[in-house]
Amino acid sequence: MIETGRVNRREYVTALIAEIPDALIITGLGSPTYDVYAAGHRPQNFYLWGAMGAAVPVALGLALAQPERSVVAVTGDGEHLMGVGALATIGAAQPSNLTVVVLDNAHFGETGMQCSHTGLGTDLRAIARGFGIETVIQVDSLADVSPVADRVRTRVGTTYVHVLIHADELPRALPPRDGVANKNAFRAALELPTF
Amino acid sequence: MTDNSWPEAVFRVLKSGNVRQIAFVPDAGLADLIRRAQSDPAIRDLVLTTEEEGVAIACGAWLGGQRAVLLMQSSGVGNCVNMFSLLASCQFPFLTLVAMRGEYAEMNPWQVPMGRATQQVLELMGIQVMRANTAREVEDTVRAAIDAVFEANDRVAVLLGQKLIGRKKWESD
Repeated sequence: MIETGRVNRREYVTALIAEIPDALIITGLGSPTYDVYAAGHRPQNFYLWGAMGAAVPVALGLALAQPERSVVAVTGDGEHLMGVGALATIGAAQPSNLTVVVLDNAHFGETGMQCSHTGLGTDLRAIARGFGIETVIQVDSLADVSPVADRVRTRVGTTYVHVLIHADELPRALPPRDGVANKNAFRAALELPTF
Repeated sequence: MTDNSWPEAVFRVLKSGNVRQIAFVPDAGLADLIRRAQSDPAIRDLVLTTEEEGVAIACGAWLGGQRAVLLMQSSGVGNCVNMFSLLASCQFPFLTLVAMRGEYAEMNPWQVPMGRATQQVLELMGIQVMRANTAREVEDTVRAAIDAVFEANDRVAVLLGQKLIGRKKWESD
């Protein structure tokens, strides 16, 4: 049975990226990395395969370094909660060009679909507001793509997007695991040298 | 250089090294440096909830073409261990200045276990360790670290010895 009020993660991520072609995207380990890759590889994607909890703070450092670009972290509830304090750091810094997109299936999808905190009482939207992020958007339908894409493109304030997704396991779409090559290609897309 | 003028010299070196983001979890020994970062409009200062955020922020800054540095106390090094894998996996340049506790004239035993393990933890995770124990050597050591990190793409921690930082004051004079 397909739950209502939740979206297909691949369809949502693919539709969102199609509307924000210039965005710099950091992906959290596990399924969000696969979702973004499945939407089509672009050199402006940086895929995390480890360092659980890193997606949001990596995106923060990038957003501050590239204020004229839209920066999006796409991660899952488990990866996000491991480094959730970074939201407080973002609440303090308020980078106007940063959007945090959390794909929440209330499970740890990579490790056997164990129930996660968001299925056991944690309210991510309340957490984001509590950390000082004023614009918090709940997504529970594919019709919600455009308002989020508009926030990303216009860079008018830190935005937190809580995407309710089905807890299903989709075929894996695995980007290359070579972090050095990914880093260098990402920087080259910004016309930066390797080092 | 007098004993209390080294933060000014270190800040000057970070500025001339074009460091643009300074992320920190405070330590009393870093307070002067943090104040200087906060009062400089060309530097973005970021207070962290835990030190590992600063490792990830430095990587993100580098992806976007900026240099960052992480300031922390030795206890924070332990909080960073798995995040250090990001540095090794992607060969990110990384500079951290670590105010040491748990060594010279330490009177809080709770600081000792992590302080004593700090250098080995860093080295186990592939980070080169440099150390400054006197005010005289700090500036040159940090300058050398900046060169190694941003010119040679290395990962370096500069340990600021507790003797340099000075005895912690437990009561006001």
